[in-house]
Amino acid sequence: MSENKTPVLEVIDLGIDFGGLTAVNDFNMKVFNEEIVGLIGPNGAGKTTVFNMLTKVYQPTRGSIKFLGQDTSKMTVVDMNKAGIARTFQNIRLFSNLSVIDNVKIGMHNSISYNNVDAIFRLKKFHDEENRIQNEAMELLKIFELDDKAEIIAGNLPYGAQRRLEIARAMATNPKLLLLDEPAAGMNPQETQELMTMIRFVRDHFKIAVLLIEHDMKLVMGICERITVLNYGMMLAEGTPEEIQANPHVIKAYLGE
Amino acid sequence: MAFLSYLINGLSLGSVYAIIALGYTMVYGIAKMLNFAHGDIMMIGAYVAFFALSSFGIPVIPSVLLSMLATTLLGVVIERLAYKPLRNATSLSVLITAIGVSYFLQNGAQLLWSSSTKVFPAIISNGAVKLFGGELQISYLTLVTIVVCIAVMVCLTLFINKTKTGMAMRACSEDKGAATLMGINVNLIISITFAIGSGIAAIAAVLLCATYPTLSPTLGSMPGIKAFTAAVFGGIGSIPGAFLGGLMLGVIEILAKAYVSTQLSDAIVFAVLIIVLLIKPTGLLGRKMSEKV
Repeated sequence: MSENKTPVLEVIDLGIDFGGLTAVNDFNMKVFNEEIVGLIGPNGAGKTTVFNMLTKVYQPTRGSIKFLGQDTSKMTVVDMNKAGIARTFQNIRLFSNLSVIDNVKIGMHNSISYNNVDAIFRLKKFHDEENRIQNEAMELLKIFELDDKAEIIAGNLPYGAQRRLEIARAMATNPKLLLLDEPAAGMNPQETQELMTMIRFVRDHFKIAVLLIEHDMKLVMGICERITVLNYGMMLAEGTPEEIQANPHVIKAYLGE
Repeated sequence: MAFLSYLINGLSLGSVYAIIALGYTMVYGIAKMLNFAHGDIMMIGAYVAFFALSSFGIPVIPSVLLSMLATTLLGVVIERLAYKPLRNATSLSVLITAIGVSYFLQNGAQLLWSSSTKVFPAIISNGAVKLFGGELQISYLTLVTIVVCIAVMVCLTLFINKTKTGMAMRACSEDKGAATLMGINVNLIISITFAIGSGIAAIAAVLLCATYPTLSPTLGSMPGIKAFTAAVFGGIGSIPGAFLGGLMLGVIEILAKAYVSTQLSDAIVFAVLIIVLLIKPTGLLGRKMSEKV
């Protein structure tokens, strides 16, 4: 497969302490381009903490994160986003009083090239950029089947649509790695099925890597090419879905002795 | 006809309140803090305009621009030095700091320019528009004040809704964490908010001093409190709310002065605020804040 290429993301001996509590320790993983990788584990295993370190919401205590071959130890949340990591949240955090399309446009913030002088004097550059943004935002919404709801206030969307909008907003930042934190949480089986198709489509269309946290095993086993299992902040196992399903340690962690 | 004349005067006073209230409400909406020094920033703007006009003889428009530049810089510097280090502190610490900054500015102005009052020069000719055969007179100053207020409001609304900085501001006002993860530099956005709020305070300062031409270091306190009241009245954090709240406050104040009692007018204004908040705790246009469980 892609083992010989440089990975998009390489995490080496990552660890973080909160006071005296070690939340994640000696965590290693690689994500290659155009790969869908799952991060699973029991509740409280430290999965979201890993996401928070990857996006620099938390600064890791130990270890390093390499993104596209670059060391990220000095980078901030904003830098990580500009470098190409985007994420969604376990509990949806849309700008819920803004319209659907405005949520996506905010994601495009850093790609907008007009400045405030252009905007104030309504120069041609402003209009050209506004048109480009409008078109790109609509294209994204179309992919996520939200184009007919562009002007609706985001908070009024049905639950499943809000989850899709979060992914659309993350994609608007033009990432190379998309982090999805429990994208199928609260979805019915039909919606989950559609979500799986959508994640695959996004990966193929935008040629990006996807790392996802999920409890819905049907989704994880269905779309992930590799899976990393986390337990008590430590890596328990790593492998293909088949290997993970057969791994005795994993079964023990999930079901007990 | 007297009523109409009072109403127009009320709208004019209310326009000044509205412009100050816009600064309060923008800063609250984005930084989630009450900048009690806002009225004093306006006071500094009034002094800058005064010196530009009387001491240096600079024409009106450049004087206003100079005053705006001064308050913009002042707002950004205050935010950087006094409020930014407290970004993660409790809101009470920030509030106390804001009150401290307010006293600092007042006493600083007293030290620099003494506490004796100064007379602000007339900047708009004394004429008036006569309507209904001279029965209704609207001074040019009143007209200019109302027109400027509407212009400020329209520009601000366009800025917030149509530019990427405005969009980023709205994102920050909803969820700073998520905004940061979308690549928005939240500190920069907060600085810009302070810059805009403080800059337009200078416009309010000049309009206020043109109407009430006495300049003193405590000039900003009462209009500051009134404008804060206006912002709460309209729903703090809401820009149309500050506009509406300011105008209504001005009208209520002038009508109370005319028909009830000059001494009681402020009491009536605050009584109306209390009643409005009892009926609608979020203010006239405020959004309901509900935590999802």
